[in-house]
Amino acid sequence: MFTSISFASILPEILILIVGMLVLIIEPFWKEEKRRNVGWLTAGGLFAAMLISFLAGQPGAPTSALGGMIRFDWLGFFFKMLFMFAGAATALLMMDHEQLGKRGEAYLLLLASLIGMNLMAVSSDLIMLFLAIETASIPLYALAGFMLGDDKSTEAGFKYLLFGILTTTIMLYGFSLIFGFSGTTDIYQLAEMFRVGAIAPLAAFGILALILVGIGFKVAFVPFHFWAPDVYEGSPTPVAGFLSTASKAAGYAVLLRLFFIAFPEPSLSASWTTTLAIIAAISMIVGNLLALPQTNIKRLLAYSSIAHTGYTLIGVVALTQLGAASVVFYLAAYILTNLLAFGIAMAFSKATGLENIQDYAGMSRRSPWLGLMMLTAFLSLTGMPPFGGFVAKVVVFAAGIQAGYVWLVVLGVITSVIGAYYYLNALKFVYLYRMPNQDEENHPIPLSRPYAIALVALTLGVILIGTIFAPWFNWSDAGALNLF
Amino acid sequence: MTFPVLSIITFTPLVAALILLLMPVNRKNEARVVALASATFALILSLWVYFNYDQSIAGYQFVEKYEWLPALGISLHFGVDGIGAPLVLLTGVVMFTGVLISWGDDNPHVMAGIQDRPREFFAFLFILAWGVLGVFVSLDLFMLIFFYEIAVFPMYLLIVIWGWSVTREYAAMKLTLYLLIGSVVSLVGALAMYFAQYQNTGVLTFNMLTMESARFSPSFQIIWFLPVFLGFAVLGGIWPLHNWSPDGHVAAPTAVSMFHAGVLMKLGAFAALRVGIMLLPEGAKYWQWLIMAFAAIAVVYGAYIAFVQKDFKYMVGFSSVSHMGLVMLGFSTLNADGLLGSGLQMFSHGAMTALFFAVVGMIYDRAHTRQIPELGGMSKAMPFATVGFIIGGLVSMGMPLFSGFIAEFPIFMGVWQVHWFVAVICSISIVITAAYIMRNIRQVFFGDMPEKFEGHITDITILDKVAITTLCIFMIVIGAYPKFMAPMVQTGVEYIMRLLGGS
Repeated sequence: MFTSISFASILPEILILIVGMLVLIIEPFWKEEKRRNVGWLTAGGLFAAMLISFLAGQPGAPTSALGGMIRFDWLGFFFKMLFMFAGAATALLMMDHEQLGKRGEAYLLLLASLIGMNLMAVSSDLIMLFLAIETASIPLYALAGFMLGDDKSTEAGFKYLLFGILTTTIMLYGFSLIFGFSGTTDIYQLAEMFRVGAIAPLAAFGILALILVGIGFKVAFVPFHFWAPDVYEGSPTPVAGFLSTASKAAGYAVLLRLFFIAFPEPSLSASWTTTLAIIAAISMIVGNLLALPQTNIKRLLAYSSIAHTGYTLIGVVALTQLGAASVVFYLAAYILTNLLAFGIAMAFSKATGLENIQDYAGMSRRSPWLGLMMLTAFLSLTGMPPFGGFVAKVVVFAAGIQAGYVWLVVLGVITSVIGAYYYLNALKFVYLYRMPNQDEENHPIPLSRPYAIALVALTLGVILIGTIFAPWFNWSDAGALNLF
Repeated sequence: MTFPVLSIITFTPLVAALILLLMPVNRKNEARVVALASATFALILSLWVYFNYDQSIAGYQFVEKYEWLPALGISLHFGVDGIGAPLVLLTGVVMFTGVLISWGDDNPHVMAGIQDRPREFFAFLFILAWGVLGVFVSLDLFMLIFFYEIAVFPMYLLIVIWGWSVTREYAAMKLTLYLLIGSVVSLVGALAMYFAQYQNTGVLTFNMLTMESARFSPSFQIIWFLPVFLGFAVLGGIWPLHNWSPDGHVAAPTAVSMFHAGVLMKLGAFAALRVGIMLLPEGAKYWQWLIMAFAAIAVVYGAYIAFVQKDFKYMVGFSSVSHMGLVMLGFSTLNADGLLGSGLQMFSHGAMTALFFAVVGMIYDRAHTRQIPELGGMSKAMPFATVGFIIGGLVSMGMPLFSGFIAEFPIFMGVWQVHWFVAVICSISIVITAAYIMRNIRQVFFGDMPEKFEGHITDITILDKVAITTLCIFMIVIGAYPKFMAPMVQTGVEYIMRLLGGS
């Protein structure tokens, strides 16, 4: 039963597990002051795992593996690569965090969560899917509340835990109803069940609503977004970056596979695409409008990430191959960009201890390079070329127009102009305003090596996706092809 | 494939910007030298393109094509026609003169040039130039919008960091939001065209040469012409959406005003022509009356508002609205004369307004005021700048022997053929323009110099003189020897007329 295909299908997870064991074994041998090196080990290990999987574990034709539990195809594979890259960058950003950097457990939790996310991207069975979601979530609850002495972090961890458990349980109830009605948990057989009408349309709609609650929490669309700003603000910054990128993308991986494979039946899809279109519209409006008055950079990024969820949903709503490809491409660009933004926030607060946007005054004089990186991140979030955000937005809008959702796309472009206002406003602090005594030369922002590596890699990635976009789009498209 | 001159021109500013950003922070003079060297290089290449353009053929020349994203039909596809080639040259000229003007002055009384972070200034300016050149040479709709948006965001930084401290934050944000709304609305239209042409021809491509023969249905063209045309025309300063432009001009530092009014507004007009009129000709015919009305209002209203301005720079800014209105007016005629005039007016106005802003900047740097009533007698201290401004003024008024005449005359001829009374109404603007230009020349440059300026006003530097001379040469050559440019623009117009069905 255990063939080479099934080995290749979980090769990345096996490698992550090996990295995790290495962390466990080696960490106690390092003295307290050297223990931050676990970060190098984690990041390097993840990067190596990514490279090995890319060279040796590429999927061929889509196959079912491990007794039908997982699907080995490009869609899952590309998502896995993204998660592992995000994990490696997060590990680097964690290294110089006061409370996280020297704690081996933190890196281990990150790795455990990554295994869960990887499995979320490939699960083809509802049971497996639920296990994967829990494997990904539980370590993140712990990480969000990791700073025990800090009230905000504790609040963040607790809020995330309660909200997460509640919504996942509701989703699990949806899964159990599916099993009760149809007698199968295999996602790939469900479509057939719906087609022959094994599940009454009304019941099916109820089930979809229940499942959307769980996914809505993961990807933070309105009205399941309440946790995001508080949790991002309270949790350690690298963790917040990870939550808003990889964790969100994992939610989208589930959304794509589940809804495109199991519920594409026209009688069914008409209702959920309409629902999601409305949710997308509200997310774009609410996210962008609530981001306007924010003064804390992490809260600003939290609301902006709610808005970006809305843009991504346009591709899902389109329910076409271009739509699915645009979602994957958008997530690739968004993961890099948002990690960069959170990384800068982390590096800045590490040097200064400050998190408000007005504290960024004079930043480009204090550190021209960090200023340019922030320019890259925020312009990419705005959707400006030559950065990844522009191409991503264009393909998502193209998918929307192709599917006839002109109103949604028009709403998208209008709200993206609102977005431009607050992103540019933040850049105004970086480039125009000065420190109270105008003595920026005396307040440089030192970047330690892990930050420098992570931020430069992310910046180059954002520019690369925005200029040489063909390979990224072709991978996204290959993944999207697996859904049809 | 021949020498890839267009891609070299387009990417020269990008390479220069990257080199500048990699230089050490405090090497101000080295940054300036790098900037001037690359601007000169771009100018020489654009002259080369201009003189090697074959004026006997209509259509695109120097064409290059590299596949970029075949899955969606996106390619790097460059080429210039008779409308684009002069604009590439104009960009080269304004880049070169803009760098010269921004150099600065050793005189401590003069706050000229860019003293604060010139490295970043030139880098952002060149990224702007990269986008501008990219739009003028792109034959791929996706890349055109890509470059178009690249040209938008550096404006925000250039104005907000180096602009006039009183209004820069307001003006920069206003400008950026206006332009962004325009560009995203056009983007939606462009995507609609992309899928419509896929339905008609079965080929998924952003190639505009293919789209020209996509046979969009008339109702489709009528629906989408307005969003596409007006979206781009926002940057061209079309009347109800022109409000960002004078504020932006005034708040921007001198070189950026030159770029902004000289080249960037042409970008909007060019894209509106290229995508709006050339790809959706039926829509253009249907909405012709509306565009003509907007343009006519811009021409007269802009001139009148310029006439009542007290602030020198606002005056030039509103005169730009008026002159860009003439460009739009020429487009709206949809006949050969009007389009020929528009093509020439784009170049003529670009050079003229760049000169105006340069001189206004030189005066403000020395007098520290731009209020026209407070100025006077500048010709004694700055004779060279005075001559330059007068030449620009003559172009602006449309005097024969200067480029303005060659450009405005065909426009009015074209308008007369469509609606003679619009031509009559718009000709009022020539009188108003003459009035405010003459009045300003007398008030600012002649008469007595106010006492507070005595001794403070120094002459302009040699670099400033080179810049003024360069701009003046083009305006006079085109005016005195129209064959320098008119036949070339004519070839571009022939191509457009073919798309319009020879009407």
